[in-house]
Amino acid sequence: MPPNKPTFSALSLLRQAFGGHAGWEKQWRSPEPKAAYDAIIVGAGGHGLATAYYLAKEHGLRNIAVLEKGWLGGGNTGRNTTIIRSNYLFDESAAFYDHAVKLWEGLSQELNYNVMFSQRGVLMLAHTVHDIQVFKRHVHANRLNGIDNEWLTAEETKEFCPPISLDSGMRYPVLGAALQRRGGVARHDAVAWGYARGADAMGVDIIQNCEVTGILRDASGAVEGVETSRGTIRARKVGVVAAGHTSTVMAMAGVRMPLESYPLQALVSEPIKPIFPCVVMSNTIHAYISQSDKGELVIGAGTDAYVSYTQRGGLHITTHTLDAICELFPMFRRMRMLRNWGGIVDVTPDRSPIVAKTAVPGLYVNCGWGTGGFKATPGSGHLFAWTMAKDEPHRINAPFTIERFRDGYLIDEAAAAAVAH
Amino acid sequence: MLLIDCPYCGQRPESEFTYGGEAHIARPPDPSALDDAAWTEFLYLRHNPKGPHAERWRHTHGCARFFNAVRDTRTDHFLATYKTGEPKPELPTPEKAR
Repeated sequence: MPPNKPTFSALSLLRQAFGGHAGWEKQWRSPEPKAAYDAIIVGAGGHGLATAYYLAKEHGLRNIAVLEKGWLGGGNTGRNTTIIRSNYLFDESAAFYDHAVKLWEGLSQELNYNVMFSQRGVLMLAHTVHDIQVFKRHVHANRLNGIDNEWLTAEETKEFCPPISLDSGMRYPVLGAALQRRGGVARHDAVAWGYARGADAMGVDIIQNCEVTGILRDASGAVEGVETSRGTIRARKVGVVAAGHTSTVMAMAGVRMPLESYPLQALVSEPIKPIFPCVVMSNTIHAYISQSDKGELVIGAGTDAYVSYTQRGGLHITTHTLDAICELFPMFRRMRMLRNWGGIVDVTPDRSPIVAKTAVPGLYVNCGWGTGGFKATPGSGHLFAWTMAKDEPHRINAPFTIERFRDGYLIDEAAAAAVAH
Repeated sequence: MLLIDCPYCGQRPESEFTYGGEAHIARPPDPSALDDAAWTEFLYLRHNPKGPHAERWRHTHGCARFFNAVRDTRTDHFLATYKTGEPKPELPTPEKAR
């Protein structure tokens, strides 16, 4: 943690407790935008804030602005189900997501901010013969890449997660599962806040309520700044990390993206005592569930079918997911749901992200995380910062270009998982 | 759930329909004449607008026919539905999200 911020410790918590916790300072400033910066990040979600943090921490850039249309962490960072894992099929994805998991493992210490990363294990349920074959293939591929992932029989699955029903009369019975023990969950808001606090301490300006309305380019076509709702801000490097709105922001520079934006819904139940020991995912019947430390069941659905920016989605999509949850976990049939919401996810044709330079000099893009970007937050920021600082991709994100669609080098996790994930 | 006006059957709930992606993307008449950029355009690039979006729907659990629609992606409000083969209707651009 940089020296000019008071650090969190047991002692500082105790001291503040005697003062009724009224003495905590603001964790970041709310500066006015300057006329010019060395680099601008568009979007103060987890990925954007992490990018700014690592640009400042590892690449020595301090004159950075993060511009946010709304409030920081208010988009998909605050709307996801916080699942973290790295057991992806292809070498490129496995390297990227495991880079992120390794950063997750030290993140609370790195940021001096408790992101509540809990490696409670992620179970991916198999319901069909095809699922079994696919997951076993994943287990073997992951083992070759040094990533933990193991196959559990149905009985072992039940032992690891007792709430699961093994009733053979179910429409999609549980036949086994792949388990990544290093997988788990983290506190989504804390990730955004921790990176914001860390970046701010190194001099990064986080400017909220500042919508980018245009991208400025000089006579040679290179980026020279952005127009915003709070005036013109100049910079020779602009990194767009705008999730569902990436297409609209990139269109301001005349760049078309292989992306479509869909609503992805999630919901939480009333809080209950600790009952659910791990994360369970079922891609086949679209149910994703874990229990937060507050006690709420956190449940994720699949995407809605159509392109939309409404942050809503249809009720029948969540109903479909709850059908699956109730069949898998009969004990939850009488649970009441407290809230549901949608986020807008930007989905690429191969369901792998784009973390790359663009054809426009000085313009960089980090997008296409689709339905599973939260897990990659530290790795994404770390590698995108490298790419922006050095004007060339890191070895790990080098395959994740826009041009892969032209050149046919897809990283086809869509086919590997058979669904968005 | 959306209420969708099938041009053949009238208004039906969204659950009777299947979404078919962006409309008016014609299959190239001479595929071998396309270069890589044109293939990328055809296969992968979509407009993904925040606003009116021309898209295909199929009334799967009804008449089973394909048709096109224009929907505002800011509100999910349908501005028009029309039969396949008909041109995209000229619509005034909505001023703001409803």
